[in-house]
Amino acid sequence: MRRFTLIAIPYFWLLVLFLVPFVIVLKISLSDVALARPPYTPQLDLSLGWEGLRTFFSGLDFENFVFLTTDDLYWKAYVSSLKIALVSTLLTLMVGYPIAYGMARAPNEWRPTLLMLVILPFWTSFLIRVYSWMGILANEGTLNTVLLWLGVIDTPLQIMNTNTAVYIGIVYTYLPFMVLPIYSALEKMDESLIEAAEDLGCSKLAAFWLVTWPLSRNGIIAGCFLVFIPAIGEFVIPSLLGGSGTLMIGKVLFEEFFSNRDWPVASAVAVILLLILIIPIILFQRNEQKAREAEG
Amino acid sequence: MRRFSWFNVTSLTLGFAFLYLPMILLVVYSFNESRLVTVWAGFSTKWYGELLRNEEFLDAAWVTLKVAVFSSTIATVLGTMAAYVLVRAGRFRGRTLFSGMIYAPLVMPEVITGLSLLLLFIGIGLDRGVLTIVLAHTTFSMCYVSVVVSSRLTSFDRSLEEAALDLGCSPFEAFRLVTLPIIAPAVISGWLLAFTLSLDDLVIASFTTGPSATTLPIKIFSAVRLGVSPEINALSTLLIAIVTLGVITASIVTKRAAVAQARDEQAAERNE
Repeated sequence: MRRFTLIAIPYFWLLVLFLVPFVIVLKISLSDVALARPPYTPQLDLSLGWEGLRTFFSGLDFENFVFLTTDDLYWKAYVSSLKIALVSTLLTLMVGYPIAYGMARAPNEWRPTLLMLVILPFWTSFLIRVYSWMGILANEGTLNTVLLWLGVIDTPLQIMNTNTAVYIGIVYTYLPFMVLPIYSALEKMDESLIEAAEDLGCSKLAAFWLVTWPLSRNGIIAGCFLVFIPAIGEFVIPSLLGGSGTLMIGKVLFEEFFSNRDWPVASAVAVILLLILIIPIILFQRNEQKAREAEG
Repeated sequence: MRRFSWFNVTSLTLGFAFLYLPMILLVVYSFNESRLVTVWAGFSTKWYGELLRNEEFLDAAWVTLKVAVFSSTIATVLGTMAAYVLVRAGRFRGRTLFSGMIYAPLVMPEVITGLSLLLLFIGIGLDRGVLTIVLAHTTFSMCYVSVVVSSRLTSFDRSLEEAALDLGCSPFEAFRLVTLPIIAPAVISGWLLAFTLSLDDLVIASFTTGPSATTLPIKIFSAVRLGVSPEINALSTLLIAIVTLGVITASIVTKRAAVAQARDEQAAERNE
Protein backbone atom coordinates (compact mmCIF):
# COMPACT_ATOMS: atom_id res chain seq x y z
CA MET A 1 0.00 0.00 0.00
CA ARG A 2 2.76 2.38 0.98
CA ARG A 3 4.71 1.44 -2.13
CA PHE A 4 1.63 2.18 -4.19
CA THR A 5 1.30 5.71 -2.71
CA LEU A 6 4.99 6.38 -3.25
CA ILE A 7 4.71 5.49 -6.92
CA ALA A 8 1.29 7.05 -7.44
CA ILE A 9 2.03 10.61 -6.29
CA PRO A 10 4.88 11.53 -8.69
CA TYR A 11 3.29 9.36 -11.38
CA PHE A 12 0.00 11.18 -11.15
CA TRP A 13 1.69 14.58 -11.10
CA LEU A 14 3.62 13.86 -14.29
CA LEU A 15 0.60 12.34 -16.02
CA VAL A 16 -1.54 15.40 -15.37
CA LEU A 17 1.10 18.09 -15.90
CA PHE A 18 3.28 16.51 -18.56
CA LEU A 19 1.47 13.85 -20.56
CA VAL A 20 -2.05 15.29 -20.65
CA PRO A 21 -0.85 18.75 -21.82
CA PHE A 22 0.97 16.95 -24.55
CA VAL A 23 -2.11 15.12 -25.74
CA ILE A 24 -3.92 18.48 -25.72
CA VAL A 25 -1.25 20.00 -27.99
CA LEU A 26 -1.58 17.05 -30.34
CA LYS A 27 -5.36 17.40 -30.36
CA ILE A 28 -5.33 21.15 -30.98
CA SER A 29 -2.81 20.72 -33.80
CA LEU A 30 -5.51 18.69 -35.57
CA SER A 31 -8.24 21.26 -34.89
CA ASP A 32 -9.31 24.34 -36.85
CA VAL A 33 -8.92 27.92 -35.80
CA ALA A 34 -12.20 29.57 -34.78
CA LEU A 35 -13.43 32.91 -33.52
CA ALA A 36 -14.43 31.62 -30.13
CA ARG A 37 -13.12 31.01 -26.65
CA PRO A 38 -11.00 28.91 -26.71
CA PRO A 39 -10.16 29.87 -30.31
CA TYR A 40 -10.35 26.47 -32.01
CA THR A 41 -12.88 23.78 -32.97
CA PRO A 42 -14.04 21.08 -32.42
CA GLN A 43 -14.61 21.03 -28.68
CA LEU A 44 -15.11 17.70 -27.00
CA ASP A 45 -18.66 17.64 -25.61
CA LEU A 46 -19.04 14.57 -23.45
CA SER A 47 -22.63 15.34 -22.53
CA LEU A 48 -23.66 14.26 -26.04
CA GLY A 49 -22.23 10.79 -25.40
CA TRP A 50 -21.11 8.73 -28.38
CA GLU A 51 -22.54 11.20 -30.85
CA GLY A 52 -20.38 13.97 -29.33
CA LEU A 53 -17.29 11.79 -29.50
CA ARG A 54 -17.97 10.99 -33.16
CA THR A 55 -18.45 14.59 -34.24
CA PHE A 56 -15.33 15.46 -32.24
CA PHE A 57 -13.13 12.97 -34.05
CA SER A 58 -14.57 13.73 -37.47
CA GLY A 59 -13.72 17.40 -36.86
CA LEU A 60 -10.00 16.61 -36.59
CA ASP A 61 -7.77 16.72 -39.65
CA PHE A 62 -4.21 17.32 -40.77
CA GLU A 63 -5.03 20.68 -42.37
CA ASN A 64 -2.53 22.60 -40.20
CA PHE A 65 0.29 20.25 -41.11
CA VAL A 66 -0.55 20.66 -44.81
CA PHE A 67 -0.56 24.42 -44.24
CA LEU A 68 2.92 24.24 -42.69
CA THR A 69 4.31 22.57 -45.81
CA THR A 70 2.75 25.13 -48.16
CA ASP A 71 3.87 28.26 -46.30
CA ASP A 72 7.64 28.48 -46.71
CA LEU A 73 8.07 30.60 -43.55
CA TYR A 74 7.78 27.43 -41.49
CA TRP A 75 10.02 25.02 -43.32
CA LYS A 76 12.57 27.80 -43.78
CA ALA A 77 12.46 28.32 -40.02
CA TYR A 78 12.99 24.60 -39.35
CA VAL A 79 15.90 24.39 -41.77
CA SER A 80 17.45 27.59 -40.47
CA SER A 81 17.09 26.44 -36.82
CA LEU A 82 18.88 23.21 -37.69
CA LYS A 83 21.59 25.12 -39.54
CA ILE A 84 22.12 27.63 -36.73
CA ALA A 85 22.18 24.84 -34.15
CA LEU A 86 24.68 22.83 -36.20
CA VAL A 87 27.04 25.73 -36.88
CA SER A 88 26.99 26.89 -33.28
CA THR A 89 27.56 23.34 -32.02
CA LEU A 90 30.72 23.09 -34.14
CA LEU A 91 31.85 26.55 -32.98
CA THR A 92 31.23 25.57 -29.36
CA LEU A 93 33.33 22.44 -29.88
CA MET A 94 36.17 24.54 -31.32
CA VAL A 95 36.06 26.95 -28.38
CA GLY A 96 35.33 24.32 -25.73
CA TYR A 97 37.83 21.60 -26.59
CA PRO A 98 40.99 23.62 -25.84
CA ILE A 99 39.46 24.73 -22.51
CA ALA A 100 38.59 21.15 -21.53
CA TYR A 101 42.04 20.01 -22.65
CA GLY A 102 43.79 22.73 -20.67
CA MET A 103 41.75 21.81 -17.58
CA ALA A 104 42.46 18.10 -17.87
CA ARG A 105 46.21 18.74 -18.25
CA ALA A 106 46.41 21.33 -15.48
CA PRO A 107 48.22 20.56 -12.20
CA ASN A 108 45.98 18.51 -9.90
CA GLU A 109 45.60 21.20 -7.25
CA TRP A 110 44.25 23.63 -9.86
CA ARG A 111 41.53 21.40 -11.22
CA PRO A 112 38.76 21.94 -8.63
CA THR A 113 39.11 25.73 -9.04
CA LEU A 114 39.04 25.51 -12.84
CA LEU A 115 36.03 23.23 -12.69
CA MET A 116 34.20 25.68 -10.45
CA LEU A 117 35.06 28.54 -12.80
CA VAL A 118 33.39 26.65 -15.67
CA ILE A 119 30.30 25.74 -13.63
CA LEU A 120 29.81 29.16 -11.99
CA PRO A 121 28.34 30.90 -15.08
CA PHE A 122 25.82 28.08 -15.34
CA TRP A 123 24.32 29.18 -12.02
CA THR A 124 23.96 32.80 -13.13
CA SER A 125 20.86 33.75 -15.03
CA PHE A 126 20.78 32.59 -18.64
CA LEU A 127 18.88 35.73 -19.60
CA ILE A 128 21.54 37.98 -18.06
CA ARG A 129 24.33 36.11 -19.82
CA VAL A 130 22.61 36.66 -23.17
CA TYR A 131 21.86 40.28 -22.28
CA SER A 132 25.52 40.96 -21.43
CA TRP A 133 26.35 40.58 -25.14
CA MET A 134 23.88 43.25 -26.20
CA GLY A 135 26.14 46.00 -24.85
CA ILE A 136 29.22 44.42 -26.40
CA LEU A 137 27.95 43.73 -29.90
CA ALA A 138 25.86 46.86 -30.50
CA ASN A 139 26.98 49.24 -33.24
CA GLU A 140 28.26 51.71 -30.68
CA GLY A 141 29.05 48.85 -28.26
CA THR A 142 32.25 47.87 -26.50
CA LEU A 143 33.62 45.62 -29.25
CA ASN A 144 33.21 48.20 -32.01
CA THR A 145 34.60 50.98 -29.81
CA VAL A 146 37.73 48.94 -29.06
CA LEU A 147 38.22 47.88 -32.68
CA LEU A 148 37.76 51.46 -33.93
CA TRP A 149 40.18 52.75 -31.33
CA LEU A 150 42.76 50.13 -32.32
CA GLY A 151 42.30 51.18 -35.94
CA VAL A 152 41.38 47.64 -37.06
CA ILE A 153 38.17 48.88 -38.69
CA ASP A 154 36.98 52.25 -39.99
CA THR A 155 33.24 51.79 -39.72
CA PRO A 156 31.44 49.90 -36.96
CA LEU A 157 30.71 46.25 -37.69
CA GLN A 158 27.07 45.27 -37.83
CA ILE A 159 27.05 42.19 -35.59
CA MET A 160 24.06 42.85 -33.38
CA ASN A 161 20.76 41.63 -34.90
CA THR A 162 22.50 39.18 -37.24
CA ASN A 163 23.00 35.42 -37.18
CA THR A 164 26.61 35.99 -36.07
CA ALA A 165 25.34 37.46 -32.83
CA VAL A 166 23.11 34.41 -32.39
CA TYR A 167 26.11 32.10 -32.88
CA ILE A 168 28.12 34.04 -30.32
CA GLY A 169 25.20 33.92 -27.87
CA ILE A 170 24.75 30.15 -28.23
CA VAL A 171 28.48 29.41 -27.95
CA TYR A 172 28.71 31.60 -24.87
CA THR A 173 25.72 30.25 -22.97
CA TYR A 174 26.14 26.57 -23.83
CA LEU A 175 29.93 26.42 -23.44
CA PRO A 176 29.86 24.63 -20.03
CA PHE A 177 27.73 21.83 -21.54
CA MET A 178 30.49 21.20 -24.08
CA VAL A 179 33.48 21.61 -21.75
CA LEU A 180 32.30 19.36 -18.90
CA PRO A 181 31.75 16.06 -20.78
CA ILE A 182 34.97 16.50 -22.79
CA TYR A 183 36.86 17.30 -19.60
CA SER A 184 35.56 14.20 -17.87
CA ALA A 185 36.56 12.04 -20.86
CA LEU A 186 40.05 13.56 -21.03
CA GLU A 187 40.57 13.37 -17.29
CA LYS A 188 39.97 9.61 -17.25
CA MET A 189 42.50 9.09 -20.00
CA ASP A 190 45.74 7.32 -19.15
CA GLU A 191 48.50 9.77 -20.04
CA SER A 192 51.13 7.08 -20.43
CA LEU A 193 49.39 6.29 -23.72
CA ILE A 194 50.63 9.62 -25.10
CA GLU A 195 54.12 8.93 -23.84
CA ALA A 196 53.99 5.51 -25.49
CA ALA A 197 52.88 7.06 -28.79
CA GLU A 198 55.67 9.63 -28.60
CA ASP A 199 58.24 6.97 -27.71
CA LEU A 200 57.12 5.03 -30.74
CA GLY A 201 57.93 7.99 -32.95
CA CYS A 202 54.70 10.02 -33.12
CA SER A 203 55.01 13.77 -33.20
CA LYS A 204 53.03 15.63 -30.50
CA LEU A 205 50.35 16.53 -33.03
CA ALA A 206 50.13 12.99 -34.40
CA ALA A 207 49.87 11.62 -30.87
CA PHE A 208 46.99 14.00 -30.25
CA TRP A 209 45.12 12.97 -33.42
CA LEU A 210 45.77 9.27 -33.05
CA VAL A 211 45.36 8.88 -29.28
CA THR A 212 43.81 11.81 -27.40
CA TRP A 213 41.10 12.80 -29.90
CA PRO A 214 39.68 9.26 -30.39
CA LEU A 215 39.74 8.63 -26.63
CA SER A 216 37.78 11.81 -25.96
CA ARG A 217 35.23 10.94 -28.65
CA ASN A 218 32.45 9.98 -26.25
CA GLY A 219 32.83 13.28 -24.44
CA ILE A 220 32.80 15.19 -27.74
CA ILE A 221 29.65 13.44 -28.95
CA ALA A 222 27.88 13.96 -25.62
CA GLY A 223 28.89 17.64 -25.55
CA CYS A 224 27.72 18.20 -29.13
CA PHE A 225 24.28 16.73 -28.43
CA LEU A 226 23.96 18.70 -25.20
CA VAL A 227 24.46 21.89 -27.23
CA PHE A 228 22.67 20.91 -30.42
CA ILE A 229 19.40 19.64 -28.91
CA PRO A 230 18.47 22.70 -26.82
CA ALA A 231 19.84 25.12 -29.44
CA ILE A 232 17.24 24.02 -32.02
CA GLY A 233 14.30 25.21 -29.95
CA GLU A 234 16.08 28.27 -28.53
CA PHE A 235 13.93 31.36 -28.04
CA VAL A 236 15.75 33.92 -25.87
CA ILE A 237 18.98 34.15 -27.90
CA PRO A 238 17.41 34.75 -31.35
CA SER A 239 14.91 37.25 -29.96
CA LEU A 240 17.49 39.32 -28.06
CA LEU A 241 20.57 39.06 -30.29
CA GLY A 242 19.13 38.03 -33.65
CA GLY A 243 17.49 40.35 -36.16
CA SER A 244 14.34 40.21 -38.22
CA GLY A 245 16.24 37.95 -40.64
CA THR A 246 17.01 35.39 -37.96
CA LEU A 247 14.48 32.63 -38.39
CA MET A 248 14.33 30.16 -35.54
CA ILE A 249 11.45 27.87 -34.86
CA GLY A 250 11.25 28.62 -31.13
CA LYS A 251 10.76 32.29 -31.94
CA VAL A 252 8.23 31.55 -34.70
CA LEU A 253 6.20 29.37 -32.32
CA PHE A 254 6.22 32.04 -29.61
CA GLU A 255 5.10 34.74 -32.05
CA GLU A 256 2.51 32.52 -33.71
CA PHE A 257 0.97 31.94 -30.33
CA PHE A 258 1.15 35.39 -28.77
CA SER A 259 0.96 37.74 -31.76
CA ASN A 260 -1.17 35.85 -34.25
CA ARG A 261 -3.11 33.87 -31.66
CA ASP A 262 -3.31 30.96 -34.06
CA TRP A 263 -3.27 28.12 -31.55
CA PRO A 264 -3.82 25.21 -33.95
CA VAL A 265 -0.88 26.27 -36.16
CA ALA A 266 1.35 26.94 -33.12
CA SER A 267 0.51 23.45 -31.84
CA ALA A 268 1.31 21.89 -35.21
CA VAL A 269 4.65 23.76 -35.23
CA ALA A 270 5.37 22.30 -31.78
CA VAL A 271 4.48 18.75 -32.83
CA ILE A 272 6.83 18.89 -35.83
CA LEU A 273 9.61 20.44 -33.74
CA LEU A 274 9.29 17.48 -31.40
CA LEU A 275 9.40 14.98 -34.25
CA ILE A 276 12.61 16.64 -35.48
CA LEU A 277 14.14 16.47 -32.01
CA ILE A 278 13.38 12.78 -31.49
CA ILE A 279 16.18 11.67 -33.85
CA PRO A 280 19.08 13.47 -32.12
CA ILE A 281 17.65 12.53 -28.71
CA ILE A 282 17.61 8.82 -29.58
CA LEU A 283 21.15 9.06 -31.01
CA PHE A 284 22.28 10.80 -27.83
CA GLN A 285 20.72 8.10 -25.63
CA ARG A 286 22.47 5.40 -27.68
CA ASN A 287 25.81 7.13 -27.31
CA GLU A 288 25.36 7.42 -23.54
CA GLN A 289 24.39 3.75 -23.34
CA LYS A 290 27.46 2.73 -25.33
CA ALA A 291 29.72 4.89 -23.17
CA ARG A 292 28.31 3.30 -20.02
CA GLU A 293 28.79 -0.21 -21.41
CA ALA A 294 32.36 0.62 -22.43
CA GLU A 295 33.08 1.70 -18.87
CA GLY A 296 31.63 -1.57 -17.65
CA MET B 1 54.76 17.31 -10.48
CA ARG B 2 52.74 18.48 -13.40
CA ARG B 3 53.08 22.03 -14.68
CA PHE B 4 51.08 24.20 -17.03
CA SER B 5 52.35 24.18 -20.59
CA TRP B 6 52.21 27.51 -22.40
CA PHE B 7 49.57 26.16 -24.78
CA ASN B 8 47.27 25.17 -21.93
CA VAL B 9 47.77 28.47 -20.16
CA THR B 10 46.85 30.36 -23.32
CA SER B 11 43.75 28.31 -24.02
CA LEU B 12 42.58 28.54 -20.41
CA THR B 13 43.22 32.29 -20.23
CA LEU B 14 41.39 32.97 -23.49
CA GLY B 15 38.57 30.61 -22.54
CA PHE B 16 37.96 32.13 -19.15
CA ALA B 17 38.33 35.64 -20.53
CA PHE B 18 35.54 34.79 -22.99
CA LEU B 19 33.39 33.36 -20.18
CA TYR B 20 33.90 36.18 -17.72
CA LEU B 21 34.60 39.42 -19.63
CA PRO B 22 30.99 40.02 -20.71
CA MET B 23 29.79 39.75 -17.13
CA ILE B 24 32.64 41.90 -15.81
CA LEU B 25 31.76 44.59 -18.37
CA LEU B 26 28.14 44.42 -17.27
CA VAL B 27 29.17 44.97 -13.65
CA VAL B 28 31.50 47.85 -14.59
CA TYR B 29 28.87 49.64 -16.69
CA SER B 30 26.29 49.33 -13.94
CA PHE B 31 28.35 51.96 -12.08
CA ASN B 32 28.46 54.29 -15.07
CA GLU B 33 26.97 57.74 -14.58
CA SER B 34 25.82 57.97 -18.21
CA ARG B 35 22.80 56.23 -19.66
CA LEU B 36 24.84 55.26 -22.73
CA VAL B 37 26.72 52.00 -22.67
CA THR B 38 29.99 53.05 -24.15
CA VAL B 39 30.51 56.52 -22.77
CA TRP B 40 32.14 56.39 -19.36
CA ALA B 41 30.92 59.45 -17.49
CA GLY B 42 32.31 58.69 -14.06
CA PHE B 43 31.46 56.44 -11.14
CA SER B 44 27.95 56.51 -9.81
CA THR B 45 25.57 54.27 -7.92
CA LYS B 46 22.51 56.17 -9.10
CA TRP B 47 21.10 53.26 -11.15
CA TYR B 48 20.97 51.13 -8.02
CA GLY B 49 18.96 53.88 -6.37
CA GLU B 50 16.59 54.04 -9.37
CA LEU B 51 16.25 50.28 -9.26
CA LEU B 52 15.37 50.15 -5.57
CA ARG B 53 12.79 52.90 -6.04
CA ASN B 54 11.19 51.02 -8.92
CA GLU B 55 8.15 49.30 -7.40
CA GLU B 56 7.55 47.15 -10.47
CA PHE B 57 10.94 45.50 -10.17
CA LEU B 58 10.53 44.95 -6.43
CA ASP B 59 7.11 43.37 -6.97
CA ALA B 60 8.48 41.13 -9.72
CA ALA B 61 11.40 40.11 -7.51
CA TRP B 62 8.99 39.16 -4.75
CA VAL B 63 6.80 37.09 -7.10
CA THR B 64 9.89 35.34 -8.51
CA LEU B 65 11.18 34.49 -5.04
CA LYS B 66 7.80 33.12 -3.93
CA VAL B 67 7.51 30.98 -7.05
CA ALA B 68 11.08 29.70 -6.70
CA VAL B 69 10.76 28.76 -3.01
CA PHE B 70 7.45 26.94 -3.43
CA SER B 71 8.23 25.20 -6.71
CA SER B 72 11.71 24.05 -5.70
CA THR B 73 10.50 22.70 -2.37
CA ILE B 74 7.61 20.73 -3.88
CA ALA B 75 9.89 19.62 -6.73
CA THR B 76 12.48 18.34 -4.24
CA VAL B 77 9.89 16.21 -2.42
CA LEU B 78 8.36 14.86 -5.64
CA GLY B 79 11.72 14.43 -7.36
CA THR B 80 13.20 12.51 -4.41
CA MET B 81 10.13 10.26 -4.38
CA ALA B 82 10.45 9.72 -8.12
CA ALA B 83 14.17 8.91 -7.79
CA TYR B 84 13.40 6.41 -5.03
CA VAL B 85 10.74 4.79 -7.20
CA LEU B 86 13.11 4.59 -10.18
CA VAL B 87 16.02 3.11 -8.24
CA ARG B 88 14.33 1.05 -5.52
CA ALA B 89 10.73 0.19 -6.36
CA GLY B 90 11.68 -2.57 -8.79
CA ARG B 91 9.30 -3.46 -11.58
CA PHE B 92 5.76 -2.17 -11.72
CA ARG B 93 3.24 -1.66 -14.44
CA GLY B 94 3.93 1.52 -16.39
CA ARG B 95 7.54 1.86 -15.25
CA THR B 96 8.79 2.60 -18.78
CA LEU B 97 6.26 5.41 -19.17
CA PHE B 98 7.26 6.74 -15.76
CA SER B 99 10.97 6.88 -16.53
CA GLY B 100 10.14 8.37 -19.92
CA MET B 101 8.16 11.14 -18.25
CA ILE B 102 11.11 11.80 -15.91
CA TYR B 103 13.67 12.13 -18.69
CA ALA B 104 11.59 13.75 -21.43
CA PRO B 105 11.18 17.18 -19.79
CA LEU B 106 14.99 17.47 -19.59
CA VAL B 107 15.29 17.57 -23.37
CA MET B 108 11.93 19.19 -24.13
CA PRO B 109 12.25 22.67 -25.66
CA GLU B 110 10.90 25.25 -23.24
CA VAL B 111 8.52 26.67 -25.84
CA ILE B 112 6.75 23.31 -26.10
CA THR B 113 6.56 22.73 -22.34
CA GLY B 114 5.20 26.23 -21.89
CA LEU B 115 2.68 25.97 -24.72
CA SER B 116 1.34 22.59 -23.59
CA LEU B 117 0.94 23.66 -19.96
CA LEU B 118 -0.83 26.85 -20.99
CA LEU B 119 -3.28 24.88 -23.12
CA LEU B 120 -3.92 22.57 -20.14
CA PHE B 121 -4.57 25.47 -17.77
CA ILE B 122 -6.94 27.08 -20.24
CA GLY B 123 -8.62 23.73 -20.85
CA ILE B 124 -9.39 23.15 -17.18
CA GLY B 125 -10.21 26.82 -16.64
CA LEU B 126 -7.51 27.52 -14.06
CA ASP B 127 -6.81 31.24 -13.59
CA ARG B 128 -3.23 31.97 -14.57
CA GLY B 129 -0.94 33.53 -11.98
CA VAL B 130 1.50 32.52 -9.26
CA LEU B 131 -0.17 29.12 -8.79
CA THR B 132 0.12 28.09 -12.43
CA ILE B 133 3.79 29.16 -12.63
CA VAL B 134 4.51 27.13 -9.48
CA LEU B 135 2.81 24.08 -11.02
CA ALA B 136 4.76 24.50 -14.26
CA HIS B 137 8.13 25.02 -12.56
CA THR B 138 7.58 22.13 -10.17
CA THR B 139 6.89 19.81 -13.08
CA PHE B 140 10.10 20.39 -14.99
CA SER B 141 12.38 20.87 -12.00
CA MET B 142 11.24 17.69 -10.22
CA CYS B 143 12.76 15.81 -13.16
CA TYR B 144 16.14 17.50 -12.63
CA VAL B 145 15.94 16.75 -8.89
CA SER B 146 15.15 13.12 -9.53
CA VAL B 147 18.11 12.73 -11.90
CA VAL B 148 20.50 14.25 -9.32
CA VAL B 149 19.08 12.20 -6.43
CA SER B 150 18.87 8.91 -8.33
CA SER B 151 22.55 9.08 -9.28
CA ARG B 152 23.35 9.32 -5.57
CA LEU B 153 20.90 6.52 -4.72
CA THR B 154 22.43 4.11 -7.23
CA SER B 155 25.92 4.71 -5.91
CA PHE B 156 25.29 4.04 -2.25
CA ASP B 157 25.66 0.83 -0.30
CA ARG B 158 22.27 -0.81 -0.03
CA SER B 159 23.31 -3.13 2.79
CA LEU B 160 23.10 -0.14 5.18
CA GLU B 161 19.35 0.07 4.53
CA GLU B 162 18.97 -3.68 4.85
CA ALA B 163 20.82 -3.60 8.16
CA ALA B 164 18.41 -0.97 9.47
CA LEU B 165 15.44 -3.08 8.37
CA ASP B 166 16.96 -6.18 9.99
CA LEU B 167 17.42 -4.27 13.23
CA GLY B 168 13.72 -3.55 13.35
CA CYS B 169 13.24 -0.24 11.56
CA SER B 170 10.09 0.23 9.53
CA PRO B 171 10.78 1.05 5.85
CA PHE B 172 9.93 4.69 6.55
CA GLU B 173 12.27 4.82 9.58
CA ALA B 174 15.02 3.19 7.54
CA PHE B 175 14.53 5.88 4.90
CA ARG B 176 14.50 8.73 7.42
CA LEU B 177 17.38 7.50 9.61
CA VAL B 178 19.69 5.88 7.06
CA THR B 179 18.89 6.72 3.46
CA LEU B 180 17.97 10.38 3.81
CA PRO B 181 21.14 11.44 5.69
CA ILE B 182 23.26 9.69 3.06
CA ILE B 183 21.48 11.20 0.07
CA ALA B 184 21.07 14.60 1.78
CA PRO B 185 23.84 16.33 -0.23
CA ALA B 186 22.15 15.28 -3.47
CA VAL B 187 18.75 16.38 -2.17
CA ILE B 188 20.18 19.78 -1.24
CA SER B 189 21.90 20.25 -4.59
CA GLY B 190 18.67 19.14 -6.26
CA TRP B 191 16.79 21.84 -4.35
CA LEU B 192 19.39 24.45 -5.30
CA LEU B 193 19.20 23.41 -8.94
CA ALA B 194 15.40 23.57 -8.91
CA PHE B 195 15.54 26.97 -7.20
CA THR B 196 17.96 28.40 -9.79
CA LEU B 197 16.01 26.93 -12.71
CA SER B 198 12.88 28.60 -11.39
CA LEU B 199 14.58 31.98 -10.82
CA ASP B 200 15.99 31.80 -14.31
CA ASP B 201 13.02 30.72 -16.35
CA LEU B 202 11.56 33.16 -18.85
CA VAL B 203 9.82 31.11 -21.52
CA ILE B 204 7.70 28.74 -19.42
CA ALA B 205 6.75 31.56 -17.04
CA SER B 206 5.70 33.78 -19.97
CA PHE B 207 3.35 31.09 -21.21
CA THR B 208 1.87 30.09 -17.87
CA THR B 209 1.46 33.47 -16.18
CA GLY B 210 -1.45 35.85 -16.31
CA PRO B 211 -1.68 39.59 -15.86
CA SER B 212 -1.63 39.22 -12.07
CA ALA B 213 1.90 37.86 -11.78
CA THR B 214 5.02 39.16 -13.53
CA THR B 215 8.31 37.47 -12.70
CA LEU B 216 11.71 39.15 -12.78
CA PRO B 217 12.89 37.41 -16.01
CA ILE B 218 9.68 38.53 -17.78
CA LYS B 219 10.27 42.07 -16.54
CA ILE B 220 13.94 42.02 -17.57
CA PHE B 221 13.12 40.58 -20.97
CA SER B 222 10.56 43.23 -21.79
CA ALA B 223 12.94 45.95 -20.56
CA VAL B 224 15.95 44.85 -22.63
CA ARG B 225 14.09 43.92 -25.81
CA LEU B 226 14.72 47.40 -27.11
CA GLY B 227 18.31 47.69 -25.97
CA VAL B 228 20.70 48.05 -23.08
CA SER B 229 19.37 49.72 -19.97
CA PRO B 230 21.47 50.84 -16.98
CA GLU B 231 18.85 49.76 -14.43
CA ILE B 232 19.02 46.23 -15.82
CA ASN B 233 22.82 46.39 -15.59
CA ALA B 234 22.47 47.24 -11.90
CA LEU B 235 19.92 44.48 -11.39
CA SER B 236 22.15 41.97 -13.19
CA THR B 237 25.09 42.96 -11.02
CA LEU B 238 23.06 42.34 -7.88
CA LEU B 239 21.97 38.93 -9.16
CA ILE B 240 25.52 37.98 -10.18
CA ALA B 241 26.77 39.03 -6.73
CA ILE B 242 24.13 36.93 -4.97
CA VAL B 243 24.90 33.84 -7.07
CA THR B 244 28.68 34.21 -6.63
CA LEU B 245 28.31 34.55 -2.86
CA GLY B 246 25.96 31.58 -2.77
CA VAL B 247 28.25 29.32 -4.79
CA ILE B 248 31.33 30.31 -2.77
CA THR B 249 29.52 29.72 0.53
CA ALA B 250 28.22 26.37 -0.68
CA SER B 251 31.68 25.25 -1.75
CA ILE B 252 33.23 26.31 1.58
CA VAL B 253 30.48 24.47 3.49
CA THR B 254 30.91 21.25 1.49
CA LYS B 255 34.70 21.45 1.83
CA ARG B 256 34.40 21.88 5.62
CA ALA B 257 31.95 18.98 5.79
CA ALA B 258 34.36 16.79 3.80
CA VAL B 259 37.26 17.73 6.07
CA ALA B 260 35.17 17.04 9.18
CA GLN B 261 34.08 13.69 7.81
CA ALA B 262 37.65 12.71 7.00
CA ARG B 263 38.67 13.66 10.56
CA ASP B 264 35.82 11.58 12.05
CA GLU B 265 36.77 8.60 9.93
CA GLN B 266 40.39 8.85 11.01
CA ALA B 267 39.33 9.10 14.66
CA ALA B 268 37.07 6.07 14.23
CA GLU B 269 39.93 4.09 12.72
CA ARG B 270 42.22 4.98 15.60
CA ASN B 271 39.62 3.81 18.11
CA GLU B 272 39.29 0.40 16.53
